[in-house]
Amino acid sequence: MSDQTLSSPAPRLPAVPGVAVALGLLAALFSVASPGFLSAGNLSNILVQSVILLLLALPMTLIIMTEGLDLSMGAVLTLASLVLALIVVSTKSLALGLAGALGVGLAFGLVNGWLVSVLSIPPFVATLGTLGAAQGLALIVSDGQSVVGIPRFVRQVYSGEVAGLPMPILIGAGFYALFHVLLYHTRFGTYVCALGGNRDALTLAGVKWRRLLVAVYMLGGAMAGVAALLMTARMNAGHPTAAIGMEFDAIAAVALGGTSFEKGKGWIFGTLLGVITVGVLRNGLNLMAVPSSVQVACIGALVIFALFLDGMRSHKS
Amino acid sequence: MSIAGDISSSAPRFHLSKDVEQLLYRLLAAGLLCVALSVMTDAFLTTNNILNVLRQASLLFFLAAGLTLVILTGGLDLSVGANIGLSACLAATVIKVTGSPVLGTLAGLGAGCAVGICNGLMVAKLRIPSFIATYGMLWVLHGITYYYMAGETIHGFPPGFRQIGSGYFLGIPIPVYLMIGFLLAGTIFAQRTVWGQQIYAIGANPVAARLTGIPVDRRLILVYAFSGAMAGVASIVFLARLNSAEGDIGEAMTLPAIAAVLIGGASLFGGVGSVFGTFVGALILTLVLNGMNLLAVNASWQPLVTGVIVVFAVWLDMRGRRRT
Repeated sequence: MSDQTLSSPAPRLPAVPGVAVALGLLAALFSVASPGFLSAGNLSNILVQSVILLLLALPMTLIIMTEGLDLSMGAVLTLASLVLALIVVSTKSLALGLAGALGVGLAFGLVNGWLVSVLSIPPFVATLGTLGAAQGLALIVSDGQSVVGIPRFVRQVYSGEVAGLPMPILIGAGFYALFHVLLYHTRFGTYVCALGGNRDALTLAGVKWRRLLVAVYMLGGAMAGVAALLMTARMNAGHPTAAIGMEFDAIAAVALGGTSFEKGKGWIFGTLLGVITVGVLRNGLNLMAVPSSVQVACIGALVIFALFLDGMRSHKS
Repeated sequence: MSIAGDISSSAPRFHLSKDVEQLLYRLLAAGLLCVALSVMTDAFLTTNNILNVLRQASLLFFLAAGLTLVILTGGLDLSVGANIGLSACLAATVIKVTGSPVLGTLAGLGAGCAVGICNGLMVAKLRIPSFIATYGMLWVLHGITYYYMAGETIHGFPPGFRQIGSGYFLGIPIPVYLMIGFLLAGTIFAQRTVWGQQIYAIGANPVAARLTGIPVDRRLILVYAFSGAMAGVASIVFLARLNSAEGDIGEAMTLPAIAAVLIGGASLFGGVGSVFGTFVGALILTLVLNGMNLLAVNASWQPLVTGVIVVFAVWLDMRGRRRT
């Protein structure tokens, strides 16, 4: 009896083993199935390649905690990457390019947040609409062509090293720390939890929660802009279909990490584990020469399974 | 007491007239679009183009009609576009292997329906929110279809089969007859059968529906199965029209289908909407896209416009709710 009362207010606990077990099992499976998996080079490769996903999954965690969803993230990332590439190619200025990408992300975040909080449109439909808009704009801006001729200094953002550590790892670690502090050590983070769990309490406390919700979606857009910089640097080009469907990997990572789609329960370290799990899955299947289409199907099945577990947990409690 | 009595007695009548009023507005919008387009372009008011609009609207309607039932229960099916891809490729393979269009059609419909049942089980039995369950299903289906097709195209079907998509009867395309058939069947099912009314009841108030003894889980599975089967129908007509199947067939159809349902006056919160409304919605959206085509607007603008229309339609619905 006392056991139950102890464990019920902490829904994070049962989530810990879930994603960790999945990650452990996958790692064990791949290290047996393909000899190259456990090499130091490959492991650091997994981390480097997971950073772009992490940049999307971090804000997605906050958005999902507010009982929201952002389906437009992949398309916004694509559009931001194209805008960045176009600006950098014509002005040779990384700062202007990054400003353009962030501007695109913030603008879409503002629209998403406005639709969701002020007009009260269900988030999955609002962001599905802006997904269409961003995808269309990406085709219009680029005329359906790749943007090439990216200067060398942009590539440095992805391939460079500082003190022996790859740049993407440093960027990823920095943003992870930022989101950790933001969620657990600021008033903003507390409000984000309340946005999903108890919105009425915010109203009664006199918090202007609609503005707060807009800010959460704008944070998502801004991070899509940051991810666009890494993406452009990695591909050395802007491509009109580059990141289509990437929001799905992000949602998958968040769901795997034990963040609930109801009641505002989120766990930022779980999201990190979820991102690495998705990265390991993709990397391992790559090494086994499994086509990317099957990888997508596997991740889809994993998400459904994770949500099923999530539902089981919330029904028990 | 008397006030409560007044409200409960007057509310249903008021709602009915408001629904009809809303529908008339939509028909008026469709009419105005037609007038505007025939003034702005010479090509709009030709027999060929009108038939073309109707045929395109019918493809959209098949998908949107099944989706209407799902949205009536307060759910959403994001997997319909990917479902078309899988069903079409499977049907194409069966036709190629067996040489029998009948078997191929059955395979396509069966695959669509099976996917729908899986969606229904996830929503009704596993209690996963419908938009995220069907979103996961979308990527599972994409993955399977892309892997199976491996970038190949299957094309060249028997002429008899192709009639379903590109044939004419009495000068009117065959898909248009199918559309009218499904429109009648869907309207009768939703408005005049017990099951149809139960679907409205589930969307309006799931808890009350359960308490009155409606088998909610079974009706939900039925609704998603319908949606899947209608994706199967759309895939067959699509296949017959295009005369070829590729992995990404139907991929871009999900957003327009949702748009058609929402323009048609259905509410994402369930319990409000009709198959006829969706028919009008499909017509309006097709008119807009056809008009953009005729006015030589770059096709890249189409997803943008569709996205804006979706958001606008939901906003109208939300505004209406806040007033009542």
